[in-house]
Amino acid sequence: MDITNETHSQHISRQFNQELEQLKTQLMAMGGLVEKQVQDAVEALLEGDSRTAERVRDNDTAVNDMQLKIDEECTRVLARRQPAASDLRLVLAVIRATSDLERVGDEANKIARNALALIEAGRHSRGMVEIRHLSEHVRKMLRDALTAFARFDTRLALDVLHEDESVDNEYTTATRSLVTFMMEDPRAITTILSVMTILRALERVGDHADNLAEHVIYLVKGLDVRHTDPGELDESLGQ
Amino acid sequence: MSAASFPSGEAVRGSPPVVDFSSASSCFDIENLSLAYDDKPALSDLTLKVPRHRVTAFIGPSGCGKSTLLRALNRLHDLNDQVTRTGRIRLEGQDIHAREVDVAELRRRVGMVFQAPNPFPMSIYENVAYGLRLQGIRRKRELDEIIEWALLSAALWDEVKTNLHASAWTLSGGQQQRLVIARTLAVRPDVLLLDEPASALDPISTLKIEELIRGLKSQLTLVLVTHNMQQAARVSDYTAFLHGGELVEYAPTDTLFTNPRLRRTEDYITGRVG
Repeated sequence: MDITNETHSQHISRQFNQELEQLKTQLMAMGGLVEKQVQDAVEALLEGDSRTAERVRDNDTAVNDMQLKIDEECTRVLARRQPAASDLRLVLAVIRATSDLERVGDEANKIARNALALIEAGRHSRGMVEIRHLSEHVRKMLRDALTAFARFDTRLALDVLHEDESVDNEYTTATRSLVTFMMEDPRAITTILSVMTILRALERVGDHADNLAEHVIYLVKGLDVRHTDPGELDESLGQ
Repeated sequence: MSAASFPSGEAVRGSPPVVDFSSASSCFDIENLSLAYDDKPALSDLTLKVPRHRVTAFIGPSGCGKSTLLRALNRLHDLNDQVTRTGRIRLEGQDIHAREVDVAELRRRVGMVFQAPNPFPMSIYENVAYGLRLQGIRRKRELDEIIEWALLSAALWDEVKTNLHASAWTLSGGQQQRLVIARTLAVRPDVLLLDEPASALDPISTLKIEELIRGLKSQLTLVLVTHNMQQAARVSDYTAFLHGGELVEYAPTDTLFTNPRLRRTEDYITGRVG
C-alpha cells in the first residue's frame, strides 16, 4: 500500500504522531544544513573565500551532532513503540537517510579542506568550470531527493535516480581532461589533485542523493530498490 | 516486489485468497465459510488455507470473528444450537463435517488451548494422563513415557519432574498454561489451536509460551488467535487479518507487518484511526 505524508499523523496516539513528525522535521533540518554546507564549500572555493571554507569545517560538528540526535530519537521510537508497516519503514528510512546526510556533510568538509589548500596555493587552477557544473548538478539532486522525502514523492525520487548516470559521466569526463593537464604541466599536479578530490567528493554527494531517493521509494512503496537498475524501476513502480 | 509475489489476500467473493506457502502444503482448507449466531453473521464467506507445520495467526479487533473461526476448526460450535454454518472446512483433505467424522477423534487431532489456563483439579501427572486414560492407555510404564515426553515437549518437565503428584493448582499461571499444552500434546494431535494463550500471563511466561509455539511447529500445525500484534509478528509464519467477519488480508507475517497491501490492514497494525 502506498502512503502519503499524511499517513503518519493519523494514529490513535497523538503522542506517536508527534514523535514521527518530529523525526521528519529533524531530518529535513539536517538535510537543509548539509545542503548549505555543500553550497558554501563550493562557493568558498570558487570565490576564494577562506573564511567561508573555515566555517564549513567548523559546522561539520553540528551535522554530526544532528545525526546522533536523530538516531537516538529513532532508537527510542523503536524501543517504546515497536512500530510496524509504514511507521517502521519511516524510522528505518530516517536512520538510513541520516547516515547518508552525515556522509554528505563529510564530503562538504573535504571540499572545504581542499578549497583552503587551493586558496592558500594562490594559483589559478584548471577544473573550476567542471566543479561549478558538477556541483550544480549534484546539489539539485540532493535538493530534489530531500523534497521527495518531504513530500513522499516517488516520481521525483525516481528522477533523482535517473540523474546519477549523467553525474558519473560528467565526473569521468572532467577527471579525464584533468589527467591530460597534469601530463602537460607537472607543476600543476598538486593543485589538480586537490581539484580532482573535490570532483570526487561532489560525485559522492550525487551517490548519497541517489541513496536518499532509494530510501524514499522504500518508505512510500515498501520496495527495497537498492542495487536495482533505475531502468527496471520505471516498470516496477508503474511510472 | 514481495507484495506482488503472492496473489490477493483480499476477501472477494468467488476469488479465494491464496498465499504462496512455497514449501508447506495445506493442513486446513477453508472454503466459503460463513457462520452466524442466531442469524447474526459472524463470519462471511471466508476462504483460506492454513499451511501444515507452520504457525498461522489470526488477528483483528474484538468481534472480528477470529475466535469464531478458530473454534470452527474443531467444531466447537456444534455445542451451540444457535449457530448456523455454510461452507466447508477440510482437514488434510477430509471434510470435518462429513457424517462419518467422529467429533471426539477430530478434537483429539485438533487440540485447543484457551486464554485462561484450565488444569483439572488433580495432580500434574493425572492432568496429562487424563486424555490418555480415556484413550484406553492403562499401562503405567507407557503412561509414564508419554507424560514425560508431553511435559518435555511443553518445556515444563524440568520444573515439575520432582513433584509430578502435586496438585496442578500449585503451579504458576504460566506453568499451568504449559501443563494444559502438555495435556493436549499427550494425545498426539496434528493441530494445536491457541486462543489468546498468553494474554493472562506475565511477559516472561509469555516468552516461554512463544518459544514453545516456535519449537512445536516441527511436530504439528499451530493456529494462534491473539490481540497482541507483536506476538503475532514474533511467532507466526503467516498472518490473517479479519475485520467484521471478513478476511481482509492474508500474507506471510514478514510482509504483513512491513508492507501490508491494504489500507485497512495498515491502519489496524499501526494503530491508526480506521
